[in-house]
Amino acid sequence: MGAPHDTISRVSDSACVPSAASAVPTAVPTTTVPARHSALVRITHWITTLCFFALLVSGIEIVISHPRFYWGETGNDLTPTLFKLPIPASRSLVPTGYGYTLPDQNGWSRYLHFQSAWLLVLTGLLYVAFSLLNGHFRNNLLPGKVDLSWRAFSRSMADHLRFKRPSAAEAWSYNVLQRLSYLFVIFILFPFVIWTGLAMSPAFVSAFPATVNVLGGQQSARTLHFFVSLALVLFLLVHVVMIFLAGFWARMRAMITGRMITGRAAASKEGA
Amino acid sequence: MSNPLPRKFSRRTLITTGLAATAGVAGLGVAARLAQKYGLIPPDHSGIYGLGETLTYASQRLLTRHSLAREFSRSQISERPFPNEIEPPTDEFKRLQAGGFADWRLSISGLVARPASFSIDQLKSYPSRSQITMIQCEEGWSYIAEWIGVPLSQVLQAVDVLPRARYVVYFSIEPDTWESIDMADALHPQTFLTYGMNGSELPVGHGGPLRLRVPRQVGYKNVKFITHLTVTDSLKGFGKGLGSASAEAGYAWYAGI
Repeated sequence: MGAPHDTISRVSDSACVPSAASAVPTAVPTTTVPARHSALVRITHWITTLCFFALLVSGIEIVISHPRFYWGETGNDLTPTLFKLPIPASRSLVPTGYGYTLPDQNGWSRYLHFQSAWLLVLTGLLYVAFSLLNGHFRNNLLPGKVDLSWRAFSRSMADHLRFKRPSAAEAWSYNVLQRLSYLFVIFILFPFVIWTGLAMSPAFVSAFPATVNVLGGQQSARTLHFFVSLALVLFLLVHVVMIFLAGFWARMRAMITGRMITGRAAASKEGA
Repeated sequence: MSNPLPRKFSRRTLITTGLAATAGVAGLGVAARLAQKYGLIPPDHSGIYGLGETLTYASQRLLTRHSLAREFSRSQISERPFPNEIEPPTDEFKRLQAGGFADWRLSISGLVARPASFSIDQLKSYPSRSQITMIQCEEGWSYIAEWIGVPLSQVLQAVDVLPRARYVVYFSIEPDTWESIDMADALHPQTFLTYGMNGSELPVGHGGPLRLRVPRQVGYKNVKFITHLTVTDSLKGFGKGLGSASAEAGYAWYAGI
């Protein structure tokens, strides 16, 4: 566990920390401890996870049918590329340098991609609407003024770079880097990946041509969609690594049941 | 702490949940009825991807019924349009090609007052229109070309489509190659029976002598070598009833995205 003053400053700015957590851990019955994550957060988190994997797998399959990227309005097998992925393709006419063609999976991939996108967007809207109403963003995700000071920020950064395990008290709240990355994913990456996805739809852009024109064209939208997806995958990797670092089962349990392991169990599990 | 249950499942919670669930189911029922009435249910609406497909088709149909596909300037026409792979031409196609497609016919049947058959020259006798639009393949590649032809709506007007018409099914000379579109797309001003491209005849690689251009949907709805159209009020009688050969091969019937 970190130095005592660490724990206090960490805890004092968070509205969702129960009083029991900042005190010396005692044998508190789990039923009286408030949920670490609300039911809405837990349910939308796992629906999002499911949709994200479906989108990722189907997205990879779709890219395999044409692993070439362009900038501007148009691009095809006869035009120069911005870059190519060094992988074989599922269509025989794509010049990949490989002597074989992978099986075509685009039918179900496109169906699954769009169905998962719908479920993800609807889940996301539900999450954002409720989180605005119940103060989840304000209380749990917006960094406090103390957190945004250079000192606090650089300390959090240094802790991360040293792969320091978070203290038990920290498990009740998000640190400043966590808050900023979650806000970035929710309000920048997800909206941008939806936008660049829709900007590839010939029917959607017929009604809203500006959505593709400001991106520089339909192929630019496709290339940007690819990069934003990569950024989301990068976030996922870091997210999973951090969960392992912080204690995989405790964090999984908190996101599934809402309950934290408290008292002596927590003390031993968190390695205090 | 003697009785923690009532807090979780109070009568109020039960009643509220019950009412919400009933309202939800009733709302879905009403929505499905309305969607059916206004033609917002695609033929491939059943199956595990039916919900997503229905949401896409219904929302795009509501948003884009009259919207026009983006048109480009002449300078944006692709210098290297990619003619996607075509099947080896059938003997029938080779015979027609040898005759300069003079004997190519487009027959129109189904829910029309005057079934008819048109040669390419007859189609050219209608005022010719052109559009500079993008064709994009579901794989991800694209090109922009000038497409020259006659709006399908004009030909449908000539054969006098009956009011109950809901879909136009179109067939290629290639075996097992057929698609269908709803009337919103069939009567759309940019849906062309295309016989020319970039100021010349439509090359065979791009679907010549006759291709249906549906610029608000991706490539596979833009069927090459069209020989037959039929107007119908139901897609049930065609193949497996999914509305197109692509849908039977596992691809979405509606391809606006």
